Amino acid sequence: MKAVIAHINKAFDHRIRLGIMSVLMVNEAVDFNRLKELLDVTDGNLASHIKALEAEEFILVTKQFIGKKPNTTYSATENGKLAFKNHLDALESLIRQSR
Amino acid sequence: METNEYIDQLRDIRSIMDKSTRFLSLSGLSGVLAGVYALIGAIAVDMIIDRSKYPYVTLYSKEFKLICAIAAAVLVLSILTAYILSKGKSRKTGEKLWSSASKRLLVNFAIPLVTGGAFGISLLQTGHYGLIAPVTLIFYGLSLFQASKYTLESIRYLGMSFIALGLINCWFVGYGLYFWALGFGVFHIIYGSVMYFKLERNN
Repeated sequence: MKAVIAHINKAFDHRIRLGIMSVLMVNEAVDFNRLKELLDVTDGNLASHIKALEAEEFILVTKQFIGKKPNTTYSATENGKLAFKNHLDALESLIRQSR
Repeated sequence: METNEYIDQLRDIRSIMDKSTRFLSLSGLSGVLAGVYALIGAIAVDMIIDRSKYPYVTLYSKEFKLICAIAAAVLVLSILTAYILSKGKSRKTGEKLWSSASKRLLVNFAIPLVTGGAFGISLLQTGHYGLIAPVTLIFYGLSLFQASKYTLESIRYLGMSFIALGLINCWFVGYGLYFWALGFGVFHIIYGSVMYFKLERNN
């Protein structure tokens, strides 16, 4: 049991962070507004969770310009994908063990 | 207690993954209506051919122009209906109508479809009339099959039915109108009503 809990990643221990990673696992790159709309959160809230995941180097922030408009997109790093997958596996085995 | 929380989390993850890649507000009712338009169109075309003085409809005849107009009307009405009903459904589900998911759906649906359309026109110009119906059915089926990755997954089966119907039609050249009526009419109505009763009526 203890070994499993060790794989429950603290960085993902929040609904919004789980949501961000879920989107980035199945989409190559997503911009801020799309994330906001999918997760139904406020700007500030989303930004702070993005920052936390960026600090862990689980997501990559790419800033570029489309014409004159700045456009920031987010994608999951290889590390982030692996960590998220381990986290999901841990969740699954926790559920299985308690049955 | 905690287990339920984890199960909820997994369910959330799954739904967010789906929502971010698939456009799920496609209305089953629009499939039914598209089928009805197609059947009415097919009956009208059948009557035009029956009434025509000659056994064959030529490319420059009045009848041919009328048939093209009917086909175009069925297409435009179907697209319009799908748009209006999906807009209504997306308002209910809270999904945005114009999102990266719906754009991806349109692109993936349109590429095989436009290819088939262009192929159909070239068959018409080169006089391979008998193959037009099978080719359009096959390419429409491929479009649906491809689109199923970006919307309701079960559209895959509708796509496969169209492909099978188109292939069978290849060996029954000359009965294209009936195969079209069966596919665009009957298949759409059956599939649309199954979708409607499965997904929409309860909500």
